[in-house]
Amino acid sequence: MPIITYISHTGETTRVDVPAGDSVMEGAVQNGIEGIVAECGGSCMCATCHVYVDEAFLPLLDPIDETQEAMLECTAAERLPNSRLSCQIKVTPKLEGLIVRMPETQK
Amino acid sequence: MPRGVVIVGTGQGGYQTAASLRSEGFDGPVTLIGEEPHLPYQRPPLSKDFLLGKQHAHQLALRPSQFYTANRMELLAGERVKEIDLAAGQVRLASGSRLAFDHLVLATGARNRLLPVPGAELDGVCYLRTLDESVELRQRMEAASEIVVIGGGFIGLEAAAAARLLDKQVTVVEALPRLMARVTVPLISRFVMERHAARGVNFRCGAGIARITGEGSVTGVLLSDGAHLPADLVIVGIGVLPNVELAREAGLAAGNGIAVDEYLKTADPRVFAIGDCAEFPSRFTGSRVRLESVQNCVDQGICVARNIAGKAAPYAATPWFWSDQGDLHLQMAGLAPHIDESVVRGEPESGKFSVFHYFHGIMKAVDSINRPGDHVQARKLIALGATVSPEQAADESFDLKKAASGRIT
Repeated sequence: MPIITYISHTGETTRVDVPAGDSVMEGAVQNGIEGIVAECGGSCMCATCHVYVDEAFLPLLDPIDETQEAMLECTAAERLPNSRLSCQIKVTPKLEGLIVRMPETQK
Repeated sequence: MPRGVVIVGTGQGGYQTAASLRSEGFDGPVTLIGEEPHLPYQRPPLSKDFLLGKQHAHQLALRPSQFYTANRMELLAGERVKEIDLAAGQVRLASGSRLAFDHLVLATGARNRLLPVPGAELDGVCYLRTLDESVELRQRMEAASEIVVIGGGFIGLEAAAAARLLDKQVTVVEALPRLMARVTVPLISRFVMERHAARGVNFRCGAGIARITGEGSVTGVLLSDGAHLPADLVIVGIGVLPNVELAREAGLAAGNGIAVDEYLKTADPRVFAIGDCAEFPSRFTGSRVRLESVQNCVDQGICVARNIAGKAAPYAATPWFWSDQGDLHLQMAGLAPHIDESVVRGEPESGKFSVFHYFHGIMKAVDSINRPGDHVQARKLIALGATVSPEQAADESFDLKKAASGRIT
């Protein structure tokens, strides 16, 4: 299982194995990592699973689709070029070692 | 010693109340009581990806079991509250024990409305609300060849779309003349029906059900006009009834939902009701409403947790809804019980458009099909109490995003 690193706003780092096929959001929620709220449960209907993806991994991600682009308008913390909704990042073997940083607030 | 908060119901609203109590700094005991044997889980995927086998049960849990222990929440799953004793400030459980509370949050949700016709008890007549029902339906759908869906609302249409993706024959029977009549306008009903029809779904709108046929197991559905639709699986999605009985038996007012004020409080200041079971005064309609949505459960859970934690504020969140039906992504913002004008933004033929609904010139609600940008801006505008004119809404060169950020009004 790929290892994903979640870094909280205060710098607390958690590394967890996330099954391929689960989303980065699910990896956080199922491992009790705070800082990802995921109100809509991964339907891309809210923006409470916002993360900043480590620049090195950006080229490995699928392009932002229209729905995610719209929801990224609604993030509580500032949207940056590396902002993504973590429910839309499916974990695959090529994302081994992915690092995401969580914003100060999601709502 | 504080008795703490007892939350009845472990759905989205019950979970959210518990989680928000802790994040808002409430330190007393928190107990969650739910009839289902599972950890609190998300319901929306049950009629979408989970039903298609694309999602697994572990992905549905809102939080893992460690979350509840780490946050000092007692989760009584598979337990039922039998009675609320307001005089004693206690709930009585089916297992016989009593639990005292300082605050009681009723997040009892709703239950499926049962099909009131002969034959509805036959094997192969299924409902879809709980995880267990979805697991069972998934197995039955795989084995079925001809499926009749009774009810052309969100659940029925999502199930029909899933059945077509599994290459099953599907007929949707709707009692009213058009689909989703309770939640949207004829233009969208028509568009959605055409899209499903193009994917092979058959429709019988304005059709009554006389009976379900079969001996032991279902063999079909007999319509009031005499037509018989053969079926080896019938999926019933004809709405829900709010679970108000506990409240009512305790002497709390309940009509179409447990009656609460703008703080989501019942007539008893210790008792709140939230989510599908609660009827509250909406600032968007000026009337009492009861909503069935994830957004409403989450935001009402947060509101009640804040009230209990001493940060009282009226419930004011903007309503939004969604339904994914195959490749149709339907998103709705706002509430419009009365509409005197609707305008279309975008070309319905393109498969991507929104309908803006007005009453007395004020934008009340926006329904979007595969236009998430419009939905997001509509949510912001409605939350701000802002409006765009019907002419602006219909003009695709008009920038909704700028309007929502206050630069154009």
